[in-house]
Amino acid sequence: MAEFFKALLQHGFLQHAVLAGLLASLPCGIVGTYVVTRRITYLAGGIAHCVLGGMGFARYMQVVHGWHFFEPILGAVLAALSAAFIIGWINIKARERMDTVISAFWGMGMATGIMFISKTPGYGEDLTAYLFGNILLVTSHDLLIIAGLDLLIVSIALLFHKQFVAVCFDEEFAMLRGINSKFFYFLMLALTALSVVLMVSIVGIVMVIVLLTLPAAIAGRFTKRMGSMMALATGICCIFTTVGLACSYQPNLPAGASIIILAGISYLITVILKRN
Amino acid sequence: MSTPLPIQIENLDFSYGSIQVLEQANLSVADKEFVCIVGPNGGGKTTLLKLLLGLLEPQSGSVEIFGKAPVAGRKQIGYLPQHANLDPKFPVTACDVVLMGLLGQTRNFGFYTKSDKAAARNMLARVGLDKLRNRPIAELSGGQRQRVLIARALVSEPQLLLLDEPTCSLDDYVERELYDLLRELNEELTVAVVTHDISFVSSYVEKVICVNRQVHVHPTSEIDENLIHDMYGEHVQMVRHDQEHGHG
Repeated sequence: MAEFFKALLQHGFLQHAVLAGLLASLPCGIVGTYVVTRRITYLAGGIAHCVLGGMGFARYMQVVHGWHFFEPILGAVLAALSAAFIIGWINIKARERMDTVISAFWGMGMATGIMFISKTPGYGEDLTAYLFGNILLVTSHDLLIIAGLDLLIVSIALLFHKQFVAVCFDEEFAMLRGINSKFFYFLMLALTALSVVLMVSIVGIVMVIVLLTLPAAIAGRFTKRMGSMMALATGICCIFTTVGLACSYQPNLPAGASIIILAGISYLITVILKRN
Repeated sequence: MSTPLPIQIENLDFSYGSIQVLEQANLSVADKEFVCIVGPNGGGKTTLLKLLLGLLEPQSGSVEIFGKAPVAGRKQIGYLPQHANLDPKFPVTACDVVLMGLLGQTRNFGFYTKSDKAAARNMLARVGLDKLRNRPIAELSGGQRQRVLIARALVSEPQLLLLDEPTCSLDDYVERELYDLLRELNEELTVAVVTHDISFVSSYVEKVICVNRQVHVHPTSEIDENLIHDMYGEHVQMVRHDQEHGHG
């Protein structure tokens, strides 16, 4: 730990990593609370895995066709938003079994990504970074994008807090009161998609769902209102990302995986110690 | 010109695909009436309720709420959905839930206003839960939770209260308390209760609306064994609550 703090003062990349973790904690706390209370964890997982398709496609276009503006994170945003919209739309319209629909997108998103990455010359390490995160490679440019997404997510969540709570609690009643429940449901999915993208750079596609849900799930055991659940979840997420990063530094462990294991163990401990 | 009725249904047909659920239904409920809607499961009670709320459209015939189409008229409806549809562990307090009744009336952006909170608090006092207003709903009893949801339905000051199985899964004495509250509210507004427990409500309501594909309206005085047979088929025995010892 002491080694980590010494290094933190010296190395810009570590400062970026810590800052990225802290910035990601805000949407993690806010959107994570929606995801947990509305029980759309699996849907969020599906969106996360579709992100690989977008990132792979963007990287392919950059390298093979010279679309330099098309950064992987842009592809990730597009893929996440379209996955959220399509899955949400099928959920409302088609009356299909939701978990089956999500599974289909989950797998297709991954497969599309793997295909594009395999056709992209010379960038084999991309796949690992996308899947398992690259918090130590976060640049100041990435931080700006993360901060921008943060601002967008937090302001929408604050503006429409009461609508989101009502739609999560009782969608039909909210609609009968004149709230456009479907609009807010889609907006919530869009926020989930953006949060997923934001966290992918930290813990990677495979583990993003843990960071999105466990801090909120832990906070839910100690709080009684949505607002306090969000605040506590944000704080818990800050601790997970920073402490996970610090623990991984000295023994040279993968940072994303360390954060996730820390979150998982903490969750299991609260489940055992504090039964509702 | 007569004032428009809270509920007016004329020659209504509704079917899901080829399955006819309601056939040539006619119904009118007058101002400040207390009616209950009964019938077997699958008989069309829930469908009727959804038609009243504008969640479904009839194939033919008309539904009017205070003289308007249901989608426009439902602002004047206070609605209590079935208990089972809500997550009892959801992290909200009693007051938070009541505030949801003000959506569509309060400002669109930002949090609820001070006057919203005062209105919610008043309504909680009205249903006897002033002291529990900051309690999370997870810590309330079934009867208290129903009162919270009734307060949510009432806080927008509706003129018609629609309740879907409000006493399902409640103890007898809690049920009686709830109906006493409804009778009190009935002095100011029209109340319609969907229930399958007709024997219990017969002492409270003025009119029984039987929904079993067709809609028949009976004054409460007509309730007897023949009517019950009509509604539920032949294999039902009536339970005489008036011969029980005490109410439990």
